[in-house]
Amino acid sequence: MSKPMDLRGATEPHQLHPAEKPGVLVKPGAEPVLKATQIAKWFGDNHVLRGASITVWPGETVCILGRSGSGKSTFLRSLNFLEDPTDGRVEIDGVVVNADPFHTEGKDRAERIRELRMRAGMVFQEFNLFPHLSVIGNCIEAPILVKGMARKEAEAIAEKYLEKVGLLDKRDEYPSRLSGGQRQRVAIARALTMQPKVLLFDEPTSALDPTLVGEVLKVMADLAHEGRTMIVVTHEMDFAHEAADRVYYMDQGEFVEVGPPEQVIDAPQDQRTRDFLARFRTLGTKK
Amino acid sequence: MNAGSLSQSELAAAVAQSDRRRESAWSLRFRIITTLILLAIGTFIAVYFNVEATFLASAAPFIAGGISLTIVVALLSIALATALAVLGALGRLSRSATANAIASFYVSFFRGTPLLLQVLFWYLGLPQVGIVLDPFVCAVGALGMNYGAYMTELFRAGIQAVPVGQREAAVALGMSEQTAFRRVVAPQAFRIVLPAIGNDFIAMLKDSALASTVTLHEILWRAQNIGRREFKSLQTLLIAAVFYWIMTIAFSALQSWLERRMAAGDRNRAVKG
Repeated sequence: MSKPMDLRGATEPHQLHPAEKPGVLVKPGAEPVLKATQIAKWFGDNHVLRGASITVWPGETVCILGRSGSGKSTFLRSLNFLEDPTDGRVEIDGVVVNADPFHTEGKDRAERIRELRMRAGMVFQEFNLFPHLSVIGNCIEAPILVKGMARKEAEAIAEKYLEKVGLLDKRDEYPSRLSGGQRQRVAIARALTMQPKVLLFDEPTSALDPTLVGEVLKVMADLAHEGRTMIVVTHEMDFAHEAADRVYYMDQGEFVEVGPPEQVIDAPQDQRTRDFLARFRTLGTKK
Repeated sequence: MNAGSLSQSELAAAVAQSDRRRESAWSLRFRIITTLILLAIGTFIAVYFNVEATFLASAAPFIAGGISLTIVVALLSIALATALAVLGALGRLSRSATANAIASFYVSFFRGTPLLLQVLFWYLGLPQVGIVLDPFVCAVGALGMNYGAYMTELFRAGIQAVPVGQREAAVALGMSEQTAFRRVVAPQAFRIVLPAIGNDFIAMLKDSALASTVTLHEILWRAQNIGRREFKSLQTLLIAAVFYWIMTIAFSALQSWLERRMAAGDRNRAVKG
């Protein structure tokens, strides 16, 4: 049987938003490393994503803003198929996976999703460190099991990144002994140890005590400035303002405004973006 | 004592001391009552039934000879049950309709029929279709299959108690579903169900008495056998009861010691890293 219905996102060519241009750290002539095309998601009758697309070049940091429930986390989780979208296509570093809502594709698709996930490190709101493994164990588990890396080699890479996030001295601690901020920094090091092409951050500071947010944002800003490719779903306006090449504002499952932070955050054109940002301003956030 | 005249630290010390006094008075009463109960039962038996020291001296060692078999049956059965429960839980959580149906039938049937019936089925039922098994195999098979059904549900709950974010983090790192289960979810689920396996083992020690019905010479079989022969079942059953009881107390103590050690290990691991 052929496909019962044509899927729009899986068949349409990827289109750039007019505001999507390679950021300052992108090498001239570089191709996008991540293209998500017309991602749609239905949860039963609930239309959560309505055809959202994004293009990211290597070396860029982009931020996705939006109210709670706007679909931004679902969109991010669709990029590595933790949510299986109803329609659309994701391409990361040459690996292409289409939505498959009728389950017509076989094992081969699961394997491609795994390939895709190896190229996209993810940092979760709730850290999700493995409690039965030490800090170094958390970092090297996947490189050893998934990439078949030798333990020594994996440890050397993990130690490099633990040093980068400032936690090399906690190498042999267990997660239960770490503060929330330290756990999230370990989670970042764990994602980095897989040497992904893109890092996906799903509200990485939302579960943190306010006093611990800064240390995590600092690590993330450092990564952005050294040319890591990052997609960050966040409510941290200052971070978006400082670190993002581009900001996407999502409302009801669509990107209603895309552009550099100076435009989207400081001078939003869309009324929905303005309403959202007005709340931050009344709380006295800068600009 | 006038609390107003005390400093705060004196007050705290006085409260702690009076708490301790009340606690030790309580546990003294507890011990006295327990001792009285045991004495009353002992006196009742000594007065109304004639307890012959020579009979006790010959019967007790004979019945005690079944202790090792009881423990072996219980250990092997719980091992079989654990293995079946792992498979059963995987089946119950499987997206495969076949695996799920088989596991669900297994749980439903073996939990829905009497354990005694199942033991007899192995021993009396199967020979009719030409399958004649050693009584030991019948006992371990029946106990293991039955407990495996209960433990399937226990393991399933243990696996589901591991936060979903753990699986997500594992597969997001590129692990396959199987690897994520084996390396991330299962180790955490195992720690969750371990105390319950201990409880089931202690229950199994007592349910292993059903093996007496298939002529296995464990504690209860020996007690019944010698009791009937000498027409002193009350004495022999009481002896058997005492043995079961002591075993339960001993294994419960072992279990709580193990659990304390595990918890201490967690703390230690957490502190030292």
